[in-house]
Amino acid sequence: MTIASSMPERAADPTGAAVVPKMLRRQRIAEAFVAWSLAGPALVLLVTMFFLPVFAVFAIALTDWQFGATTLSFIGMANFREVLADEGFRASFANTIFYVVIVVPGTIVLGLAIALLIESGKSCRAFYRAIHFLPFMATLTAMAIAWEALLHPTIGLVNQTLAGLGLPTANWLRDENTVLPVLAIIGIWQNLGYAMVLFLAGLKSIPQDLYDAADIDGADLWFDRLRTVTLPMLGPVTMFVFIVVALKAFETFDTVQVLTQGGPGHASEMLLYTLYRESFEYLRTGYGASVAVVFLFIVVALTLIQARVMDKKVHYQ
Amino acid sequence: MAGITIEKIEKTFGATPVLREVSLKIADGEFLTLLGPSGCGKSTLLRILAGLEVQTAGSVAIGDRVVDGVRPKRRDVAMVFQSYALYPHMTVQDNMSVPLRMRRLTAWQRLPLLGRFLPGTKATAAEIERDVIRTAKALGIGHLLARKPGQLSGGQRQRVAVGRAMVRQPAVFLMDEPLSNLDAKLRVQMRAEIKELHNRLGVTFVYVTHDQSEAMTMSDRVAVMLDGELLQVAPPQEIYADPDDRRVAEFIGSPKINMLEAKLRDAALADAAGTSFTVAADAGPGTALTVGIRPEAFHLVETGGPNVLTGAVRLVEHMGSDLFVHLNVPGTEHPVVARLLAERAPQIELGQTLHLGVRPERLLIFAADGKRLRPQGHAGAKVLPIKERMQ
Repeated sequence: MTIASSMPERAADPTGAAVVPKMLRRQRIAEAFVAWSLAGPALVLLVTMFFLPVFAVFAIALTDWQFGATTLSFIGMANFREVLADEGFRASFANTIFYVVIVVPGTIVLGLAIALLIESGKSCRAFYRAIHFLPFMATLTAMAIAWEALLHPTIGLVNQTLAGLGLPTANWLRDENTVLPVLAIIGIWQNLGYAMVLFLAGLKSIPQDLYDAADIDGADLWFDRLRTVTLPMLGPVTMFVFIVVALKAFETFDTVQVLTQGGPGHASEMLLYTLYRESFEYLRTGYGASVAVVFLFIVVALTLIQARVMDKKVHYQ
Repeated sequence: MAGITIEKIEKTFGATPVLREVSLKIADGEFLTLLGPSGCGKSTLLRILAGLEVQTAGSVAIGDRVVDGVRPKRRDVAMVFQSYALYPHMTVQDNMSVPLRMRRLTAWQRLPLLGRFLPGTKATAAEIERDVIRTAKALGIGHLLARKPGQLSGGQRQRVAVGRAMVRQPAVFLMDEPLSNLDAKLRVQMRAEIKELHNRLGVTFVYVTHDQSEAMTMSDRVAVMLDGELLQVAPPQEIYADPDDRRVAEFIGSPKINMLEAKLRDAALADAAGTSFTVAADAGPGTALTVGIRPEAFHLVETGGPNVLTGAVRLVEHMGSDLFVHLNVPGTEHPVVARLLAERAPQIELGQTLHLGVRPERLLIFAADGKRLRPQGHAGAKVLPIKERMQ
């Protein structure tokens, strides 16, 4: 606009040539000002709420600082060496992996199955959606107390039912063989609704034409339809569910805190709980920070995998 | 190879009737086009033929076999969709293999990982690959086999969709507006290719479109549908020159046919637009009629008179080979459009008064209910037999 409107002026009056760059520069400065003032608040928040804390965690991880202490000294990688050598941390890491390996596939398979069932029927869809989504909306701490009552060794509904059927019972949360699977089941129960809602949205976006083409091509049995159309078309959604549920599973804390406190022994201790305990119960903040760094690496790695696989494998472009 | 017999097909969605007693016989090897505006039920009829939709009443037979309630894959039909409906995660080769894999391999042999090791899987898979490659080469997409649909242009996707339908050599091809997602130039090219494909394969094609030029250029016969009814089934030239119904006459032809409201004066003359037309109708004087005149039926004459329309030139459209002249004729609702030779252009000016004559045998007379009134002894336009196909 500026150039176009000033062109004839310039042709008529050669001395006006300097006017154009000046106006351009002024416009450029104005644009930069608007851009910074729009992005600025978000940038400040991002730096103070995210980058600085992360940086602080990295810094604290290299010291022997104890929560509340007035002095600290730089100890380099000592915390990380201790973390990697620590039996307790290794157990906690192994528990977390075990938990994730059960919760993620369990949530995806069950969430998809329920989404397919709801989508295939016509009646009460909203009702089924709601009841499966409820656990995700509820406060898990409160729900954990309900689970505790259900799993109570003597008066809990689970054991009473099993006993009534003549099946063996167990002290679910106090037995080191059962405690992790039980926590994992609670984890699946909680994330199921979320996965289901995402899968339902994914199913809705599959074009009917593809199912028609599959019918004509002869892929009309449920297994063939699933393999030829449904699962491949749900690829992006599945990838997303996988990452989100994996992240949520890695950061499981509330059920451990409310139900087991990591016990019996270290049988149900998981990364975030270890982090919390070291930092705020034992007050070894430097050590806790190094656990947080390890945790951060896992999370970032998962996100990177998502970005790579998403682009290459599931979008079919 | 098989013809198709459609008998009194009805379809309602809820309380809305979509198809009303549609009956149609399609000959073996014929190229039949279902033509109509969107929402006329033509796609629904095609989907009923495919088995993707179940009719409310009536019956469909393919060949000698009644296929009501038979699943699509057992009907020996293939379909090309408007969206092509290619599987986006599969390569072109895999896309084209699906219909063969589903038919030639057992469910066990199709199992992932395990199926590969079952006896016979390898030989059948090699056979499938051979057939797919042969079909792809015949369609000129042999070099695209390793690509995914996302990497193909519209025309290439269209060929892949045709290839997937063709590869298992079905008895009937069903095509649901397969060209409507292509640009105009490619559409003309693909039109010719599909027609050639039909000539080469010699199987029955049922082709759905709303584009009259596709219907006119490709078909052996055109079935014109409107509001769920079949109005006329005839070869393209007959549909154009000898329509049974006012709606058919109005739907076919571009520019649109000129329709003049007329009143019968006696058994041989009708008044319309300030002139009189020679008609032959078995009706009393005063009966309301519609006189239809195709734009190219007009010729320039010197003076007014019977069978001559007089009006002022309102617009001239130069199409290169032809001239579309729009005329304001007193007593008509819409401008009358005439198609004249392009050489006339220098003689025609805006506002000029023109006299357009038309020979009585080129008048199409319709009764008030839209049905065509034919002079007695009129046998209709000559019906050409279905073209002899190349062997």
